[in-house]
Amino acid sequence: MSRRRVVVTGLGATTPLGGDVATSWSALLAGQSGVRTLTEEWASTIPVTIAARVAVEPSEVMERVEMRRLDRSEQFALIAAREAWKDAGAPEVDLDRLGVVIASGIGGVTTLLDQYDILKSKGARFVSPHTVPMLMPNGPAANVGLELKARAGVHTPVSACASGAEAIGYAMEMIRSNRAEIIVAGGVEAAVHALPMAAFAAMKALSTRNDEPARASRPYDKDRDGFVLGEGGGMLVLEELEHAKARGAEIYAEIAGQGLTSDGYHIAAPDPDGSGVQRAIAFALRDSGLTTRDIVHLNAHATSTPVGDVAEANALRLALGVDADQVAVSATKSMTGHLLGGAGAIESVFIVKALQDRLAPPTINIENMDPEVTINVVRDKPRALPAGDIAALNDSFGFGGHNVVLAFRSY
Amino acid sequence: MALSQAEVLVGIKEIVEEVAGIPAASIEMDKNFTDDLDVDSLSMVEVVVAAEERFGVKIPDDQVSELATVGDAVNFIVKVSA
Repeated sequence: MSRRRVVVTGLGATTPLGGDVATSWSALLAGQSGVRTLTEEWASTIPVTIAARVAVEPSEVMERVEMRRLDRSEQFALIAAREAWKDAGAPEVDLDRLGVVIASGIGGVTTLLDQYDILKSKGARFVSPHTVPMLMPNGPAANVGLELKARAGVHTPVSACASGAEAIGYAMEMIRSNRAEIIVAGGVEAAVHALPMAAFAAMKALSTRNDEPARASRPYDKDRDGFVLGEGGGMLVLEELEHAKARGAEIYAEIAGQGLTSDGYHIAAPDPDGSGVQRAIAFALRDSGLTTRDIVHLNAHATSTPVGDVAEANALRLALGVDADQVAVSATKSMTGHLLGGAGAIESVFIVKALQDRLAPPTINIENMDPEVTINVVRDKPRALPAGDIAALNDSFGFGGHNVVLAFRSY
Repeated sequence: MALSQAEVLVGIKEIVEEVAGIPAASIEMDKNFTDDLDVDSLSMVEVVVAAEERFGVKIPDDQVSELATVGDAVNFIVKVSA
């Protein structure tokens, strides 16, 4: 029996560039930055005062009573999942064959910290009874699963900034292995808060270009100085090919395979020789039956950190070999900031759009290309992708040495 | 000084509207928290804590399960405020 194929039939997103996929995608193609100066009072107490908050506050699209029982990450998950499910045609499906896989890198960290403030200031009696369901990292997946009444399994893989991609790969495997026919998969993050930002700043991971927010996230630029924290989430509806065809669903792309490896090198620093990334790319190609010649676009992890961008670029050059020059590499974090556990998910949404529209989104803010970066980066303006059967890769890496590469193919 | 039933009812209506989103106008003494107002066990904890704060009373945990309707809660609060 041939392997079950998995296709994308729905997309949803709430990002620093827009409250839905269409708005986010057009802002991305236009090269807009979602990074802003934080106006919260606490921002003045930490060394980094910029972040990429969502363009549309959940309160604009969600009822107050629903919101107050949900962590911000759960709000993002429901908003993006509702869009994706609707986009897929809100199909009537066998609920025993419907799954949800949604990741978050950090979970309900603002709930945890806010409730701790309440514990200290007012006492235990005033700690919200909703605290645990709000702070648990599986909360976003659980809430979407409840809303859709999914019964094939609700899961939350966690691998820091690779979490969103890992969730999508996990969902693909669930369909391949016949545990489910259709799955809402993605990732979210809502960690714009003094403590996580102070903690990332303590690692010297965040850009301190506070006076130029829109230019702070600058992957591959010689003067990059760290990532900009973003928030939001992205969702895909993944579906078994024959199931999608049988209900007449519009098929956007195929998710063809994945490659997962770990560095075994350092808790936070990337392995400078990039062998883990190279192996992940090789596995993703093998799993998807693609060769380097099929790959025309790659959405890089490229967070704008001095060490990480070069390590990844070197690994890409080695993994793609002579075909590296024909791969249009986009670093969309230059516009969205880094959504941590949401990054691999919104970037997968962007890859599906790129394959559909045959356009690789730009990378902004490269004023002086780092000479150590020798891959073919799409700068300033979108670049047309070829006609015919094409494929693209999505790189995601997480603290802990997690490497996840997803392979998508035009359909 | 004992609170009046009317003033406690007004307060409970506001709390339930805040917690559960049920319009205050549709909340009456005979409404059941779970069946009529969609106040689940977690939200009931919120209602109780908010009521304690607002009316300056104590509602012991073992009493909460006895408060099935809005009227039960109002009458209990009136009684303990005396």
